[in-house]
Amino acid sequence: MAALLQVAGLHAAYGLTRVLHGIDFALEEGSITALLGANGAGKTTTLRALCSMVKVEGEVHFDGARIDGRATEDIVRLGIAHVPDGRGTFTHLTTEENLRLGAYVRRDKSSIAQDFERIYGYFPRLKERRHQQAGTLSGGEQQMLAVSRALMLRPKLLLLDEPSFGLAPLIVREIFAIMREINKTEKVSILLVEQNAAMALDLADHAYLIETGRVVLSGTSEDIKKDEAVRRSYLGY
Amino acid sequence: METFLHQVIAGLATGGIYASVALALVMIYQATHHVNFAQGEIAMFSTYIAWSLIQAGMPYWVAFFLTIVIAFVLGVLVERIIVRPVEQAPVLSVVVVFIGLLVIFNSLAGWIYTYTIKTFPSPFPEKPPFGTHLVSSHEIGAVGVTLVVLALLYSFFRFTPLGLAMRAAAQNPESSRLVGIRVGWMLALGWGLASAIGAIAGMMVAPIVFLDPNMMSGILLYAFAAALVGGIDNPGGAVLGGFIVGVLENVLGAYVIGNDLKLSVALVLIIGVLVIRPSGLFGRVHVTRV
Repeated sequence: MAALLQVAGLHAAYGLTRVLHGIDFALEEGSITALLGANGAGKTTTLRALCSMVKVEGEVHFDGARIDGRATEDIVRLGIAHVPDGRGTFTHLTTEENLRLGAYVRRDKSSIAQDFERIYGYFPRLKERRHQQAGTLSGGEQQMLAVSRALMLRPKLLLLDEPSFGLAPLIVREIFAIMREINKTEKVSILLVEQNAAMALDLADHAYLIETGRVVLSGTSEDIKKDEAVRRSYLGY
Repeated sequence: METFLHQVIAGLATGGIYASVALALVMIYQATHHVNFAQGEIAMFSTYIAWSLIQAGMPYWVAFFLTIVIAFVLGVLVERIIVRPVEQAPVLSVVVVFIGLLVIFNSLAGWIYTYTIKTFPSPFPEKPPFGTHLVSSHEIGAVGVTLVVLALLYSFFRFTPLGLAMRAAAQNPESSRLVGIRVGWMLALGWGLASAIGAIAGMMVAPIVFLDPNMMSGILLYAFAAALVGGIDNPGGAVLGGFIVGVLENVLGAYVIGNDLKLSVALVLIIGVLVIRPSGLFGRVHVTRV
């Protein structure tokens, strides 16, 4: 399988503070790949770097084209949907308006209507709340909305930043199950950033372990689960 | 009683003008969180452009719509060329840039068109409507135009994808970029719309106050008061605020403080609202979760 996303020597900094010191990884088309690591390791920054939300050095290739240095708006148009840290909800707009914004760059009006139904099929609760102001949704509902807004783009690649953050385990399981289904049935590749390593490894095919801005370990999820150091530091048993 | 009614109705008519300038202020505030002090001067300058077009022999309504288009382009250019470079600058620097714009447009108009007062035609009939002398046809027409502009703006923001994108960009620029909205252009578009609305206000007010480079200075002050009374982040509130300020100004000017002190009504309103209810009568009170 060809690599959909290929990252080489990625550096990034906030002001003078260097956060990424040359990250290399690849994501195969159709796969779910996880980036694991502790707080402050650089996982979120890596995702932000892919969308040009921070200044970067290094090379990022997506779907055969070089995308580092391009504007965020243009990268989105190539089919990369980013569910950001903190969910990025448009809190003053309604649920439905949030979803409509997700499809902003699409021109195929007729299939957008179908996609609304598809999304409401995955998350019936969003349908019930479609005219409600998005800021008044619960944390779990807002996470569902954030994922749904990203899916409205019909992306080739979905970037998920800590989808489990601050949510009840039951809701996290529901969202992860739907992510798996979307990956299988709609062939959306997923790059997942998680602190909850156990859950991420259950969902992902491949994983990379990041420590202080560098990739220190990579492999299939099965291999990583068996790694002694990972088990002790990140899985906690 | 008849004179009181006259004062109220005349107040509503001038209120319509304050309402459209207030609307323009609110538009830019919503998109950029800046208060554009040059708003009135851009409106005045656009009105001079309309005057030139009419002098050149163009029919009124052709000149009217052409001026709106020119004002729109002017607004976009000002944002792209002058405001954009100071986007990240501290708020005081931005204020200074706006005041600079105010002075530049004012002097430019004086330089090109001289400071001699000019008459500006009204598109509405000279005969008073319905045989009453309470109000002129132009005043009623101006209020009508303001309400049409408000309805169009409301529909634009509510029902079109571009309007939705502009609201999103104003509220959450980062998430907007992540769904592919070109945030920079949304700001420019907001400036364009605001200066188009200002141009309409200018063309509606010029037949009443006559055309000269300083015609908007008092109006801008009333418009500030209107925007604050209505709530600086609420377009509908700004329009209502415009009518309230117009009526208050006229009635208080006629019966309480006299015509010479009328402008102080606006100042008292501005300070009063800021002290007692900073978010305005209809503004959103911001509550933040900490």
